Amino acid sequence: MLGKSPLKMAVGATAIALFVAGCSGGGSDEPEATSNTVIIGIGEPQHLLPSNTTESSGAQVLAALYYPLVNFDAQNNPFLVAAESIESPDNKVWTVKLKPGFTFHNGEPVTADSYINAWNHGAYGPNGNGGAYFFERIEGYADLQSTDPDEDGPQEAPEPKAKTLSGLKKVDDTTFTVTLSAPFSGWESVMGYTTFYPLPNAAFSSPGVLAEGFEEAPIGNGPFKMKGKWEHDSQIVVEKFAEFKGDPVKVDGITYKIYQDQKAEYADLVAGNVDVQTQIPIESLGTAPADLGDRFKKSPSSSFAFVGFPTFQPEFSKVEVRKAISMATNRQEMTDQIFLGSQTPATSFVSPVVAGYRDNSCGEACTFNAAAAKDMYTKAGGPAEIKITYNADGGHKAWVDAMCNQLIANLGIKCTGVGEPKFADLLTKVEKKEPVGLIRLGWIMDYPLMENYLGPLYGTNGSSNYYGYSNKEFDKLVAEGSAAGTPEEAIQKWQQAEDILAAEMPVIPLRHGQNVFGHSQKVTNVVVDAQARVDIFKIEVAS
Amino acid sequence: MFRYFVRRLLQMVLTFFGATFIVYALMFANQDDPLQALAGERPLPENQRQALTELYHLNEPFIVQYGYYMQGLLTGDFGRSLTGRQIGDMMADAWPVTIKLALMAIVIGATFAVTTGVISGIRRGGPFDTSTLVFTLVLLALPIVVLAPLAQLIFGIKFQWFPATAGRDATFFQLLLPAIVLGSLVVATELRVTRASVAENLRSDYVRTARAKGLSRRRVIGVHVLRNSLIPVVTLIGVDLGGLMSGAIVTEGVFNIPGVGFNLFRGIRTEDGPLVVGFVSILTIVFLVSNLIVDLLYAALDPRIRYE
Repeated sequence: MLGKSPLKMAVGATAIALFVAGCSGGGSDEPEATSNTVIIGIGEPQHLLPSNTTESSGAQVLAALYYPLVNFDAQNNPFLVAAESIESPDNKVWTVKLKPGFTFHNGEPVTADSYINAWNHGAYGPNGNGGAYFFERIEGYADLQSTDPDEDGPQEAPEPKAKTLSGLKKVDDTTFTVTLSAPFSGWESVMGYTTFYPLPNAAFSSPGVLAEGFEEAPIGNGPFKMKGKWEHDSQIVVEKFAEFKGDPVKVDGITYKIYQDQKAEYADLVAGNVDVQTQIPIESLGTAPADLGDRFKKSPSSSFAFVGFPTFQPEFSKVEVRKAISMATNRQEMTDQIFLGSQTPATSFVSPVVAGYRDNSCGEACTFNAAAAKDMYTKAGGPAEIKITYNADGGHKAWVDAMCNQLIANLGIKCTGVGEPKFADLLTKVEKKEPVGLIRLGWIMDYPLMENYLGPLYGTNGSSNYYGYSNKEFDKLVAEGSAAGTPEEAIQKWQQAEDILAAEMPVIPLRHGQNVFGHSQKVTNVVVDAQARVDIFKIEVAS
Repeated sequence: MFRYFVRRLLQMVLTFFGATFIVYALMFANQDDPLQALAGERPLPENQRQALTELYHLNEPFIVQYGYYMQGLLTGDFGRSLTGRQIGDMMADAWPVTIKLALMAIVIGATFAVTTGVISGIRRGGPFDTSTLVFTLVLLALPIVVLAPLAQLIFGIKFQWFPATAGRDATFFQLLLPAIVLGSLVVATELRVTRASVAENLRSDYVRTARAKGLSRRRVIGVHVLRNSLIPVVTLIGVDLGGLMSGAIVTEGVFNIPGVGFNLFRGIRTEDGPLVVGFVSILTIVFLVSNLIVDLLYAALDPRIRYE
């Protein structure tokens, strides 16, 4: 039997519960408004290991902790940072000389071995690093991989032939050579990517084996070091590394606050709880100019949106059909009305952020002309009914439907947008050669070269060439460009390759992305680069 | 009483294993390519696919995968998520903030609902009763996807009375607004049930007897009416507690609280079977325990109920 007064009991229980709930919270240290630190919003990184970081949240944090061999200027041309010189007489053997005097955050000196060990670990297949494919061009990469004899079956893949890349050679403590399996003029730019950061000896428990827990508090060679550990789903705090010898930074520390939802991040940006948001969600674009005033900014990003024509569907085999569909698409209307100006119409096959980009290289085929399009489509006997397949979890429905409506109105055909639950479902259907119609695709560059668009997207063996486009002449030109002696010659070849795309229209370029970002009144000089990372060397606290 | 308790505990063990098995099977059926889901739209490098497939036994048949999972679970190891984190650690991060939020929400919601429900039950048909009727109608009509961002916009951003978001190590004050929003989910039903129950009991024979005995009005309502009226409400609160912990996906998203709801959502989105099953198994225990407590409370509230 309980007490006589349930009401009193209830009140007592309430008080206790509230007290307990309140007590266990307490003591979260709010960053002081006056301090010389900034708060940047990110998503939860998947990994904080250079060779396993291929998404922007992780890359953003690593950019503060590590110092790359080369960095990129506003035109995306590489300039030397941690390297004193990077030279190659033949674009095949590259000699990298490091600037002396750099140390990791734990005091270890940065040597040639720091790079060689990190890259070997990254490239070794069984380590399962997401960025391993960046090392593909280095000689000996294939020996570090092994194939499962029965794919998904119970047998395990045999151990690879080698554990280290034969193309990496130490010359002395601050010099090493990288031998590529084929000459590549853009290799210097490639080495600027996240995957190519060095690792200290402390990262390995034994040679080639990553120490357990290293990712929780990575030790780097960059201007900032970890303060405490990676607080998952909450925040990552970094502070200035006093012994850093490279370019000076203007803030004493950065808190990377982790958000699950961009809308929540935007609410905090408006309320002044976060200083920089690198991507303002599309739902808030309508009010953002009023909320933020001149702190609402845009900068070019490398993302490129397009639709591809599966080559296994014969109805799209005529180039006139592909051209007509492209000409019937009003890109400007789409970017203005669906994306509220946060993206720009694409009329070429590579992003404007790479050197060699030409405005409107697609020409007439990407110029909206409803009458000519209908004429061309009818003459070529294009299909009376088409589908555009997209993944429903990426917010693509609105523009796919808009594009369909444009095609219905301008070509007089039937068009339906078909949403697959996930991108993987879409790929499965494409692999089975099911008639999916046009497929929605996108690309974000790994390194700022035209080749990074041309090769993976349109090359016969391109990693993201899901639609099966293949043109020997094109492949040859891309390869020649990669092997060319100078960047200028390379660009010339790549532009010729791009012209082939314009003539054949294997895909319809639709939109170039932009970083639509905002910052608080506390910070100035906020620059967001083409890879959606805040430039940590430029950002400063407003005085 | 003791035998009843033991019997219930044994049932709970069975329910627990049944529930985890069903959830694991469902996740397995839903899974087509979790590794591609992890990579997003990027092509998944072959070396990574191979290494992760073997690490997570993704190439094994269902029953073998379940065997590996159960083997780990019984030794206290919840396994690793697809991004390599210990699921045990993820739970240790997620549960405290969700429990805090759910408790605050239930206390705020239930206190408000029961107090208002009793008053409107006594003053049936009066202006107070009518206005609570309208209020609950509005609450029922407002889905959480509207209510949560609206509350954040008005009280968090425009007036700045509350912090706009909370975070993992949120304080009592930071969690107050999300808790009120979450609590409002249960207010409407609990309030209506209390009101109906009080109104009905006021007309019952034992209340008339109590009045006839000359007991004070306070005692009649506070002891006789309220205790009997609380039985259906306590049942509701017990169920709501589990529901609030698992169903706070929207609220946790809007206020940036990386709790259980968020982790479940992440697990389902990335087809991460072990992650979902880990959280659901704890949720199952929460539901089972809160139901047991509710059943035991019946006996305390109503002397006529005895357990053998």
